Amino acid sequence: MGQVPAAEVVLAVLKDAPAHGYDVKRALDSWFPDARPLAYGQVYATLGRLVRDGLVEIAETRIDGGPERTVYALTAAGRRRLAGWLAEPAVVLSNGADEIVRKTVAALRTGDDALDVLCRQRTAHLRRMRELRAGQPEDPLGRLVRDHVVAHLDADLRWLDLAVERVTAARPGESESTR
Amino acid sequence: MLDLTGVGHAYRRTVALRGVNLRVAAGEVVAVTGPSGCGKSTLLHVAAGIIRPQAGSVRLLGQDLLALDEADRTRLRRRQVGIVLQYGQLVPDLSVVDNVALPLLLDGQRRAAARTAAADWLHRAGLDIALDSLPAELSGGQAQRVAAARALITGPRLIFADEPTGSLDTLGGEQLLALLLDPAHRLGAAVVLVTHDNMVAAHADREVRLRDGAVAHESALR
Repeated sequence: MGQVPAAEVVLAVLKDAPAHGYDVKRALDSWFPDARPLAYGQVYATLGRLVRDGLVEIAETRIDGGPERTVYALTAAGRRRLAGWLAEPAVVLSNGADEIVRKTVAALRTGDDALDVLCRQRTAHLRRMRELRAGQPEDPLGRLVRDHVVAHLDADLRWLDLAVERVTAARPGESESTR
Repeated sequence: MLDLTGVGHAYRRTVALRGVNLRVAAGEVVAVTGPSGCGKSTLLHVAAGIIRPQAGSVRLLGQDLLALDEADRTRLRRRQVGIVLQYGQLVPDLSVVDNVALPLLLDGQRRAAARTAAADWLHRAGLDIALDSLPAELSGGQAQRVAAARALITGPRLIFADEPTGSLDTLGGEQLLALLLDPAHRLGAAVVLVTHDNMVAAHADREVRLRDGAVAHESALR
């Protein structure tokens, strides 16, 4: 999970109570501990877009002797958008453009050793899965998010294994063991 | 702990293993993986002394397994090796508690003490069933838990497990794996897991991947 969470997740963070941009960032980092930590700039840019679209409003601006702090709150339209987003299943993407697919296809198309690419990737995936399994989050919801990451790694691994089968089947007389 | 060198084996005309080398150190968890029919179960049976290979050598806990007679090999296995086979392989006429107690009973322990220890291991394996249940009354997952308890009751230094979580759901499988790997983490036992499940393999320190009866690649996972 390397991507910035969707803008709708920011709406979810604001559902229970208004919050500063700083608190929104901290909540998102803790909700998705396996994602890259968000930059403040990303969070403020997302909040700015949500304000522009009328889904979030500025509840107050505080100046407590330090820098100006803006408190953001969900609008009624924001609440409706959040409910609608949760009610819709996520779009199932199958565009075949993941990095592991790109590397494998590039290796095969250019005559490079695709089996080496696949084996190295398998090890990298297993190592990552092992790391994630070894340090399970205490928080049950954090564990749920972790399960999703691990399940995706598992799906990738099954694809890598299938790719090895297909590549070796396409090369009669050659297998991983005879290379 | 375990040292296989140049192991080869065939069933009639089907070659199952070709010149396989495998070393496993104390405290190490090794996953033997590979597609169906790649020879991983045969490798486990050879390493555990259940199958005598047609070529190569097998050293188990410092002893040349192939030079031992059947009685010594059985004794070594019973006291120092725990084996969990794919379908549990329980004794059908014995209750689950007696199945688990069996290695201790065969080793001359008193029945009451052996049954108490067995009941404790069944509890640790997460089984909530009557102790006098017969294997035929168990689900596949329950049978695997009983087999794990039987494998661990002697405090083995080497544990072999063939698809130990194959009949369990994800959470049940994780619980059973934690039980099987605990002796490696706490007591320095070695564990060899044969699996086609990547989620299981990801618990290992090292992966040995077989293909067509030979080691295709080997990689450290930690």
